[in-house]
Amino acid sequence: MSRSRRLRIGVTGLGLLVALCMLGPLLLPAAPGIDPAHAALLPPGTAVTEVTVDDGRTLVSPSVRFEGDTVIVDGPRRSATVSRNEVAAIRATRFWLGSDRFGRDVLAQLMAGGRISISVAALAVLIALLVGTTVGLTAATGGAVVDAVLMRLVDALMAFPVLFLLILLATLFRPGPLVLVTVLGMTSWMGLARLVRGQVLSLRGRTFVLAARAAGASPRRIWRTHYVPNLSGPLSQDTALRLGDLVLAEATLSYLGLGIPPDIPTWGAMVAQGHRVMVDGWWLATLPGFAIAALVISLALIGDGIQERLVRS
Amino acid sequence: MRGLIARRLLLLIPMVWLVATLTFVVVAAAPGSYADTVDHPGLTVEQREALRTRYGLDQPVHRQYLRWLGSIVTGDLGMSFATREPVGRLLARALPPTLLLGTAALLLDFILGILVAVAAARHPRGWFDRTSTFFSLVIVGLPSFWVAGLTVLVFGVLLGWFPASHMHSVGADALTPLASLADLLRHLVLPAACLGLVGAAGTARYLRSTLLDIRGERYILAARARGISDRRVLWIHTLRPALLPVVTLLGLSLPFLVSGSVVIETVFSWPGVGLALLQAAHARDIPVIMGITLIGAVAVLIGSLAADVLYAVVDPRAREDGA
Repeated sequence: MSRSRRLRIGVTGLGLLVALCMLGPLLLPAAPGIDPAHAALLPPGTAVTEVTVDDGRTLVSPSVRFEGDTVIVDGPRRSATVSRNEVAAIRATRFWLGSDRFGRDVLAQLMAGGRISISVAALAVLIALLVGTTVGLTAATGGAVVDAVLMRLVDALMAFPVLFLLILLATLFRPGPLVLVTVLGMTSWMGLARLVRGQVLSLRGRTFVLAARAAGASPRRIWRTHYVPNLSGPLSQDTALRLGDLVLAEATLSYLGLGIPPDIPTWGAMVAQGHRVMVDGWWLATLPGFAIAALVISLALIGDGIQERLVRS
Repeated sequence: MRGLIARRLLLLIPMVWLVATLTFVVVAAAPGSYADTVDHPGLTVEQREALRTRYGLDQPVHRQYLRWLGSIVTGDLGMSFATREPVGRLLARALPPTLLLGTAALLLDFILGILVAVAAARHPRGWFDRTSTFFSLVIVGLPSFWVAGLTVLVFGVLLGWFPASHMHSVGADALTPLASLADLLRHLVLPAACLGLVGAAGTARYLRSTLLDIRGERYILAARARGISDRRVLWIHTLRPALLPVVTLLGLSLPFLVSGSVVIETVFSWPGVGLALLQAAHARDIPVIMGITLIGAVAVLIGSLAADVLYAVVDPRAREDGA
């Protein structure tokens, strides 16, 4: 795989996943109040008939029969009968990615879960960028003492195994989505701070910066024309990889039952749920794993691609 | 050399202090207190107060902090809320399984990583290089809990080749020492493979690019010109210098191994530190979580120290400015 192709594949993959997850729930809303008795654990691609009843129930089953004036909805354990004049609508549809233990459409859940996973990681990366850049810049420009104090703090924080720190924080602050975003962001800014500090320190000694200063350019101008463009490359590469790490971290916390409360389906929680019915429904744990991997690999490809461009220029 | 070790050891002390302080600050800054986490509707006000007194929570924060530092210095990590077991004893019980799992995974990581990288670097852009690059990219992106779950399903349940949970079979106590060891090793295979494979992908990726860099060095050309066989050039002249940065990677992979152990130990019910941490998290057993987090951080600090020292041992150039 050539390097420039990596960037293209990565951006395409990321774009597709984000578009699917952000727009998907609009196209395919999870149907409310499905009776799980007839539609649980259907393998991917199963064609089903959706019967909407006047009282608001929705019955979904791969086998729906008509006998005279009644509609019989078959299920593995029990069947339901509905009188034909009670039926509001009948629609043929398909569980493209199968259904879970409760008869819910896995595709719809994956898209809804992805919306959460991607948003949480994206917001957390924003926090990390903000804190990391601030600390890095302060350390680089604030004098030797400030630098030493901040960098030792960064060293100490980086000594904690990330997952340990996440588990400690998740236990102390019972996470809702907002807390989780903060916790994830606050545990992943340290590498960024180091990167920003290192870049600024090395740029400061470069000849083009010295030349600009000698030519009498204002500090603000030097920042705009030299520091910012030279920082943006390494920062965006780091951000892409960090975003992937955060997606994995969020998924791991959800998998371990320490993430967002389990009533919101996230990809990690879906894998955890799927592991309980691994033998009866292989697709339940497998598919969200593929989704996470696709997202993380896309981000890794983008990171590689940016790195290649930086090396070349 | 000895000076380098001594100086790095001295630097370790303020770092451990900082790490312990951060652990305390995080817990102290959190809403609620120890007493709240064991809060039970059945507790009376007096009992709550007694709890607060027992854990020193009636004291001002700076006293609590000094007490926490003091107890750590004396090796006392506190006592579990849930089991009333001293955290130190819990760690002594949970550490050996984790170390065993980590060592096995690390061995697999480096042996497999080196073999794959050398095979890939032999013919850059050849079929093996492309395939292994692709797979290492995919493996690094796969969530470890997912890989572990799939491994349990395929090799543990469907194929039944290896036991998929715990360290020993039921009734292993009655086995002879040799049979007991074999039983342990059989249990070790799947979790160590899961943990090591992800690391191997990273090692292979890193080592491959180092190998390719070194291939362009002039001393490699010189070795070729002297008529040394391709195989010897690759395995001796190229691989040996390429392994130097891998030594640093060894120290850096420690936090990854420690973090990874939580997931792998959970999926495989491996009775190590990671599983203990997760159980403590679900029970909101704060002293245990604090103790394990602190020990994890200290282990990482020691790991990076060991990597630095090891690097100075294997690479004389690093000794110049170090010692």
